[in-house]
Amino acid sequence: MAGAFLRRLGQTVFVLFGISVLVFAVFFATPGADPSARIAGRGASPETLAAVRHEYGFDRSMPVQYAMLMKKLFITRDLASFVDRGERVIPEVLHAAPVTMSLVGGAAVIWVFASVLMGTLAAATRGSLLDRVLMIAGLIGISLPVFWLGEVVNLFTQSRLHHSWAFSWVPGLGYVPFSTSPIGWFKALVLPWCTLAVLFVGIYGRVLRADLVATMQEDFIRTARAKGLSPARVLLRHGLRTSMVTFVSLFGLDFAQLVGGGALLTEVVFGLQGVGRLTYQALANLDLPLVMATVMYSAVFVVLANALVDILYAVLDPRVRDGR
Amino acid sequence: MMPLDATILSPSRLALRRLRRDPSALAAIAVLALVTLACLAAGLYARHVAHTDPFTSDVAAAITLHGQLTDIMQPNDNPLHLGLTPIGPTWSVQYLLGSDPQGRDVAARLLYGGRNSLLISASASLLCIAMAAVVGILAGYFGGFVDAALSRMMDIMWAIPVYLFAISLSIVTVAQDLHLGPITIASDNLILPIVIIAIVYVPYAARPIRGRVLSLRHAEFVTVARSLGVREARILLRDILPNVAPTLIVLAPLVMALAMLAESALSFLSIGVQAPAASWGTIINDGQGLIYTRPMVAIAPGLAIVVTVLALNVLGDSLRDALDAREGDR
Amino acid sequence: MDAEAVLDVRDLRVGFGRGVDLVDGVSFSIAPREILGLVGESGSGKSLTSLAIMGLIPAPGRVGGQIGFRGTELLALSEAERRALRGRRIAMIFQDPMSALTPVYRIGWQIAEQIRAHLDLSRRPTETRVLDLLSAMGIADPRRVASAYPHQLSGGLRQRAMIAMALSCDPDLLIADEPTTALDVTVQAQILELILRLRDEFASAVLLITHDLGVVAQIADRVAVMYCGRIAERGPREAMFGAHARVHPYTAGLLGSIPRLHGPRVARLAAIPGSPPNAALRPPGCAFSPRCAHASARCDTPPPIVPLGDAHEIACILPAVAAEPDHV
Repeated sequence: MAGAFLRRLGQTVFVLFGISVLVFAVFFATPGADPSARIAGRGASPETLAAVRHEYGFDRSMPVQYAMLMKKLFITRDLASFVDRGERVIPEVLHAAPVTMSLVGGAAVIWVFASVLMGTLAAATRGSLLDRVLMIAGLIGISLPVFWLGEVVNLFTQSRLHHSWAFSWVPGLGYVPFSTSPIGWFKALVLPWCTLAVLFVGIYGRVLRADLVATMQEDFIRTARAKGLSPARVLLRHGLRTSMVTFVSLFGLDFAQLVGGGALLTEVVFGLQGVGRLTYQALANLDLPLVMATVMYSAVFVVLANALVDILYAVLDPRVRDGR
Repeated sequence: MMPLDATILSPSRLALRRLRRDPSALAAIAVLALVTLACLAAGLYARHVAHTDPFTSDVAAAITLHGQLTDIMQPNDNPLHLGLTPIGPTWSVQYLLGSDPQGRDVAARLLYGGRNSLLISASASLLCIAMAAVVGILAGYFGGFVDAALSRMMDIMWAIPVYLFAISLSIVTVAQDLHLGPITIASDNLILPIVIIAIVYVPYAARPIRGRVLSLRHAEFVTVARSLGVREARILLRDILPNVAPTLIVLAPLVMALAMLAESALSFLSIGVQAPAASWGTIINDGQGLIYTRPMVAIAPGLAIVVTVLALNVLGDSLRDALDAREGDR
Repeated sequence: MDAEAVLDVRDLRVGFGRGVDLVDGVSFSIAPREILGLVGESGSGKSLTSLAIMGLIPAPGRVGGQIGFRGTELLALSEAERRALRGRRIAMIFQDPMSALTPVYRIGWQIAEQIRAHLDLSRRPTETRVLDLLSAMGIADPRRVASAYPHQLSGGLRQRAMIAMALSCDPDLLIADEPTTALDVTVQAQILELILRLRDEFASAVLLITHDLGVVAQIADRVAVMYCGRIAERGPREAMFGAHARVHPYTAGLLGSIPRLHGPRVARLAAIPGSPPNAALRPPGCAFSPRCAHASARCDTPPPIVPLGDAHEIACILPAVAAEPDHV
């Protein structure tokens, strides 16, 4: 157990190091272009260029550059944006995090419940019309570009049907902090939650159905039936519970990726000032330090979350716990 | 048990026959063919039907509609008639789906944009699967250190959210032209989104390929070939590659679906296809500001994406069923 | 219907969809506390027979004939009524105790689940009962086993836990489907001994399904041999094993293919020629005739049931052959 833990820790540290090298390479070592020009932004003066070159050590060797960047990101945390009048990047990311957390957390609740319901129903009625309809709905869900879906949702709830009884409660776009008004927070987020959840309901519903159908062929399901348990209990306590192991490992990855900035498009469309929207604004100004910081932070977050998922995985599956 | 007199078909024939009997696969193929043909006919449509140049902005243009000369840019509906709004869908030959903010025919741009969307996603899918096949086959076949190194590399790439990874690569290349020795790649070259999207999905495609190769490596016919002293390169080409092919074929439409969504996202964020060229993503971006007044500008390309991606996903599912059943028969 | 019997199966037929009957008119009965060995190769329909008794034939399966259980016709009951019997009065154990136990729950939980499903016991007495059951299976440290997950136990312990679970509600009938096949030889003997002992302690009748005549010879009171979905032979154990026993040609073939531990060694083990039974290719007459050394033209009509005395019957036109081929 301790050995496995240490090995996992070593792996995590290695992957973290690998990511930092990869991000460094993407931003500073892409062949064929001058990194200081990229950092400084479009149309920067020669003085700014020189300042950037000195500050990031572009006149020195690659390993030194790498070390200086890591110091800026994680130790002094004074990575500054040149485009945006030298504003500090790290505090901005931290400030935006609660918005992203609210968005992704709520969407996750919806997508877990909806996809478990969908996958279980489809598996229980395998081969029926309901099964087919649910699976096609899932396939449509994973075929929708989320930013477009968001715009269509806005079109109807903010404009076309806004004055009908169904959507008159919808507030204007933007985020309301939970501490200001819990109800306002909920109203502002419920449509973004649903929009973001659609894709994952599709993926998870389909994955769960396939897994559940396979699980229901297992010997232990036959045992559970032979015990005289009700069909519902056999399906839920024995089938679904065993299938949840795959489900949870998938969930951990996606949740972490979204919190780490994968929800960018949803944030942009619904005007939510989260980490993703920060990246979006940085894109508009070609503000590379900001983009780099968000990418780096999200990757670190994903790796740490993965380690957490592994622990959760072991809790769920006793076989993994014992290293079998 | 199979009756002895049953016609024995080769596995690929069998899969093809299964596919031909699958109505959803046929529907998906028909949809994809139709979309592709329509986009290929973009030039014909623009020149001979809509009589428009979809790449030049012309806010002063006017067309004859219902016998009346009508401005493309019309005064706003607000009481002071401040600002201009592009014309909405005319449902006639010119400006069928209306105009975008620069006075360009949305219908014509939709077809031209579809060319780029299809070209980028198809090329990215092929490139991605080719790279993933190299990674997956090397890792799965040689195992040991090669496998460990490649798998860790994939882990590292996969830890960065796909869209953020694509955005990082795009923003770096969009900011400036790339100078690779004597070659200069302009920042609006379509090669860039193709390569970028292909790279970010390599880990996704490499994993199942590696798994398949891993199971093949221990298969009897490979062991026999090895013990007979057949060269590794020959085993890889003659024994492994043909048996990995079904996995690659199933992956192709699925990766293309993902690539199309990624391309549209990048273009929507203005770091994919660069103006004046179009793709379905850039047209949605053009329509973003008009979403409440002229929603058709954004809705039409979005629908095109949904229909195409859905057809690709359905096709991928059907291919998987057709090719998987083959394995079950053995 | 035999009211005395625990189980009275008459003319049982099981098939799927439009296919041929994979179980084709099987009849046998089991008396209280009796162990009936149901023997056959894989594909003979013996496992389908057991699933039909449990009411666990999956769709699109169809079950015909009669299954009398303590005077009640099971096939006339509703699904809910059958479920109440299942695990309560008819219990079953399976071949591979590793895959037959849900991997994510502790052993004790899984046994308690069955008790809670059928008996109105509160938490404490249920716990006590689980531990009592496990020690009744000859498990030295029932607490450790109860709190273990299936993968943490040896095959023998898992099968003991499985049997404890099956017996947790004092069933009248225990169906054991190849209970020792997946186990080591030494553990096999222990489990068979356990079943023999439990038959007395728990007063359950046992339907023992196996491909292994050796297992049957050790513990069965009576034996039924199945071939290709039909009963080829049934009778008391003594009538089929022994120096002067006369049996169905198929049984003789099976007996010839087990190595003998005692007595003179057979020069080489005989194998039955031809391929194992396949109901789809069943000939119109005797199903075994294509592989039978004694087959003749008369075998093209369905064989009669020939009584050999002492409740011993065979389905064969021959007046049976010697059980020991090396003496022929």
